[in-house]
Amino acid sequence: MEQSISLYEGYARLKRTRAAFMLALIFGLILLIGIAVTLGSADLGVAESYLAILAGLFPGRFSAPELAITIVWDYRLHRVLFAVCAGFGLAVAGSVMQGILRNPLASPFTLGIASAAATGASIAIVLGAGVVGGEYLIIGNAFLFALLAAFAIYGMARYRGVGSETMVLAGIALMYLFSAVTSLLQYVGSSEELQAVVFWMFGSVDKSTWPKLGIVALVLACTVPYLVYRAWDLNALAEGDEVAAGLGVPVERSMTVMMLIASLITAVIICFTGTIGFIGLVAPHITRMIIGSDFRTLLPASGLIGALLLLAADSIARSVLAPQVIPVGIVTAFLGVPFFIYLFLHRRDA
Amino acid sequence: MPLISVEDLSFAYRDREVLHEITFPVERGEVLGLVGPNGCGKTTLIRCINGMLSPRRGRVVFDDRDISNMHRREIARAMAYVPQSAGNRTAATVFETVLMGRRPYLNWKVSPADEDKVVEALTLLDLEELALRKVAELSGGERQRVMIARALVQETDAIFLDEPTSNLDLCHQMGVMEILRDLADKKGLAIIIALHDLNLAATYCHRLLVLEGGSIYGCGAPAEVLTEDMLRSVYGIEAVVKRDLPAPYIVPLRPGCLESGV
Repeated sequence: MEQSISLYEGYARLKRTRAAFMLALIFGLILLIGIAVTLGSADLGVAESYLAILAGLFPGRFSAPELAITIVWDYRLHRVLFAVCAGFGLAVAGSVMQGILRNPLASPFTLGIASAAATGASIAIVLGAGVVGGEYLIIGNAFLFALLAAFAIYGMARYRGVGSETMVLAGIALMYLFSAVTSLLQYVGSSEELQAVVFWMFGSVDKSTWPKLGIVALVLACTVPYLVYRAWDLNALAEGDEVAAGLGVPVERSMTVMMLIASLITAVIICFTGTIGFIGLVAPHITRMIIGSDFRTLLPASGLIGALLLLAADSIARSVLAPQVIPVGIVTAFLGVPFFIYLFLHRRDA
Repeated sequence: MPLISVEDLSFAYRDREVLHEITFPVERGEVLGLVGPNGCGKTTLIRCINGMLSPRRGRVVFDDRDISNMHRREIARAMAYVPQSAGNRTAATVFETVLMGRRPYLNWKVSPADEDKVVEALTLLDLEELALRKVAELSGGERQRVMIARALVQETDAIFLDEPTSNLDLCHQMGVMEILRDLADKKGLAIIIALHDLNLAATYCHRLLVLEGGSIYGCGAPAEVLTEDMLRSVYGIEAVVKRDLPAPYIVPLRPGCLESGV
């Protein structure tokens, strides 16, 4: 009897630890948002930034200098929130891909989706060709190519029988194909076009706007709750197709739907940001090392870690060489890799 | 009426027929051992019985229902399946892994009743001490017990296991088989086990079904099925079947040693 009580208590403690970790992440993220908003050429304090955010949200209740409100709401907040949403989405997509493909290297980048987006963007930059014209030429191409890659992976897997190995192999094959096309376009492009392609591939949140943030936030709001709701399917799929089927998961349908949702999230983010590959790979690993692999908490927590990582990276990218902005894709690697290696080695020691 | 009836079942991967006109019943409280050489169709048969593969002809009836008309979740509430490699990729704790067995009943939230069932299964399989350890850290025998515990919390009338004793030492092989036999005897579960070790199968199974090249060679009590002729015909080996113990046991012989007397 005593043993049973301690079993319940042990599991309850595990749940409490996870809840506390999530709360700590949310608190850390709110704090970092306030700090990130202060960064820029106009000098704003943390308290002033929070006041400006609150004054914009509740104009009657809070007041802040007009200039501070303008700086925060017109120039900084959408960028900060875009970094949060992009980091969150890429990490969630990476978690789902690693889970259902049971491959620790699976991410939007390694599965060819980011490479396809880069090819789409390169076609727009170098050839000026695209499905959507005007200012959305590059974005539209990147989005369409990313989805095209996702459907191609699915199509090949469908032909061969949907399974994790076929999806990973199809994704890797596509990654090389699209990388080759992008290289060819870089080879034939002018030096300005080459520079534009390379800069796009670095990845950054420089070009964020409120409407773009709205689109990303809407897609996340529509998809992430569904993924969290299907967390038990993800838990089962992570153990293998046979185990999942034995536990009542319709394997092919679940894998297909969740892969396509993860691809949609990725496509809608990287079409605006360019290639930010590292978050989707590492945030899920970091989260798993800290709070385990239950997708009910893994998904939201790795989203929060991804958001923190990308926002921290963007804040550093903007402040280290200010007023120069380093592409955030470079900083995510500089910031995330040592942290990842530390955790990895630490866990091995334990 | 048997709990499971496999009726005239044939299955093919593309043009290659793997199972040919298989018919047999499984009763409640029975442990049925599927034996036969590598590639004879044991795993395919288990996958067909629990609806993961659709047969080309024939059908599987579970408790008077054709399983081809059952939803995956319904099947998971009726029969649990422990694949050969189960648990190898599990990154979760023992408690969470067993809790996953409630998946056919869960939407998202875990109720106290679900947790009760997990604790009950962990206690039954003597896994309480390991509950908060990661499955990946356990030994092969402990891991297999975790998989059986998970199958138990699915609350099914039947459990299918594919080579549950492979990679286990003799002591752990017997431990796992004792548990399975106990579940059949005391809880009335129908248990189908694919096994390579014929002596283990003879000791613990009520009946053995011998597959050869996708067809049934024989089906019956171990003493009826395990004969020198069967071993010669199905496995292509010479062996002596000893019958001086409660279950028959097989002593394989090296080729030619009968003639030479070595």
